[in-house]
Amino acid sequence: MTRLELRHVRKAFGGLDVLADISLSVGAGEFVSILGPSGAGKSTLFQLVTGAERGQGGMFFDGAPLDDYGRHFAFMPQRDALMPWRRILDNATLGLEVQGLGRKAARMRVAPLFAEFGLAGFERHFPAQLSGGMRQRAALLRTVVQERDMLLLDEPFGALDALTRAVMQRWLEQMWRHHRWTALLITHDVREAVFLSDRIYVLSARPARVVREFSVALPRPRDSTGVAGRRAGTLEAEILDVLLNLQPSKGHDHD
Amino acid sequence: MSVGFLLVAWELYANHSGIKPTILPAPSRVFEQAVLNREALIDNAIPTIRATLIGFACSLGAAFVLSMLVDFFQPLRRALFPVFIVSQTLPLVAIAPLVVLWFGFGLTPKIMLVALVTFFPMLVALVQGYEATEAEIGQMLRVMGAGRWRVFMLARLPSALPYFFAGLRISITYAVVGAIFAEYAGAAKGLGIYMLNAKNNFRPDLVLAAVGVSAGLTLVLFGLTVLLQRLAMPWERDAGRQIAGKGPRR
Ligand SMILES: Nc1ncnc2c1ncn2[C@@H]1O[C@H](COP(=O)(O)OP(=O)(O)O)[C@@H](O)[C@H]1O
Ligand SMILES: [Mg+2]
Repeated sequence: MTRLELRHVRKAFGGLDVLADISLSVGAGEFVSILGPSGAGKSTLFQLVTGAERGQGGMFFDGAPLDDYGRHFAFMPQRDALMPWRRILDNATLGLEVQGLGRKAARMRVAPLFAEFGLAGFERHFPAQLSGGMRQRAALLRTVVQERDMLLLDEPFGALDALTRAVMQRWLEQMWRHHRWTALLITHDVREAVFLSDRIYVLSARPARVVREFSVALPRPRDSTGVAGRRAGTLEAEILDVLLNLQPSKGHDHD
Repeated sequence: MSVGFLLVAWELYANHSGIKPTILPAPSRVFEQAVLNREALIDNAIPTIRATLIGFACSLGAAFVLSMLVDFFQPLRRALFPVFIVSQTLPLVAIAPLVVLWFGFGLTPKIMLVALVTFFPMLVALVQGYEATEAEIGQMLRVMGAGRWRVFMLARLPSALPYFFAGLRISITYAVVGAIFAEYAGAAKGLGIYMLNAKNNFRPDLVLAAVGVSAGLTLVLFGLTVLLQRLAMPWERDAGRQIAGKGPRR
């Protein structure tokens, strides 16, 4: 069953064409990634989907047009967006509080999840006291406890060092197998997309259009060794090839 | 340290250069006279403190209300800011006597002058603080279902706290100066009028004693704002005390 569907979505900021033509769909319980160079317009796509910006084209959820700030999404911004003045526990309950849940009830709901997210014992800490990986897990915890229809994750591990990122990818893959969230992930990391996704949309540089769609028919739990690991490597090489042959190298910018 | 050195140098110069104490009194003499005249000094400091605190409180309240209005209705900002900026360029020396002329020797003109000099810095600090809110936090809250008011309370207001306290530290010193200026222009009692009378009686030692009292007052108020900030922003205080190995932040 298709949950999110975008048909020929376009967006320009003033005279700057950012999204040229984006069509994609995400099915229930599916993990889909959007892979594209930085500055392509990936975060802008989330702005459109969440209603922060308006674009052209069709956006549907469960077949119905998306309205402004629809209640379907739990959104994790590109930076962890933890509030420095709130303790980790209170950051985790933020979405539930906004939904109108009392502080106590919200805390009861998130408390059991701290162990699973590797944050047990850090409930009373401020974000600045946590490592990068822990901050990302806290942000993810804040996102999933909202129990919305779908997760929107914007480069959740982009700011982490390579080793922490690999650890976090494994952890997220395992979490996803338990929970089967419907998820749309933005990334510019080919390996991350292959490791986590059921399907991958590859975007061109700005103005972005979908240039290829890949299915990742690899068994879960994902494994980067053995036969499965080799097949993953082949797929990564193929995707990288598409990305490298994209641009008529007119120079790309970074965000 | 540097203050101590300056005082010693001043003491030596005043004692050995042959300048009369009615021109340049030594610090020891200023201190001696301050102790001798302590009752008069305290008596005159109280109205100054009162004017400073009441004036500052009024200005804080007004700045807070206006900062919120400006944050919610952006066009208001373009309409109002030029007026406020002009209010900041008015020379206090010229304004103070006029305000006293219009509103008398009582507390009112002092409160108004203190408010005049502290209002704009506080307003700017608050408005800048709101704007320093991380855009991602705002967007995330909207997706969570928060309206503008919730976003303001949950994100914009707390984001403004460091700016608010920076503004507070600057403004509190302006406030004392403003109160003294107002009294200088005319008052029944207060450090400002005390300085004026001492000067007219050729008592620079008493002028300096009153200056010392006002400096002490400013320092105490400044210290209070620092204390208040530590209480209001515990996450800044605890940030250094990290338990988890902190990786690169963003
Ligand atoms: N609100 C905006 N106003 C103007 N330009 C914007 C805005 N948001 C994003 N852009 C521009 O859109 C382009 C794509 O940005 P973004 O979606 O953040 O890229 P990505 O997330 O793929 O790295 C960038 O060139 C950026 O400057
Ligand atoms: Mg981005």
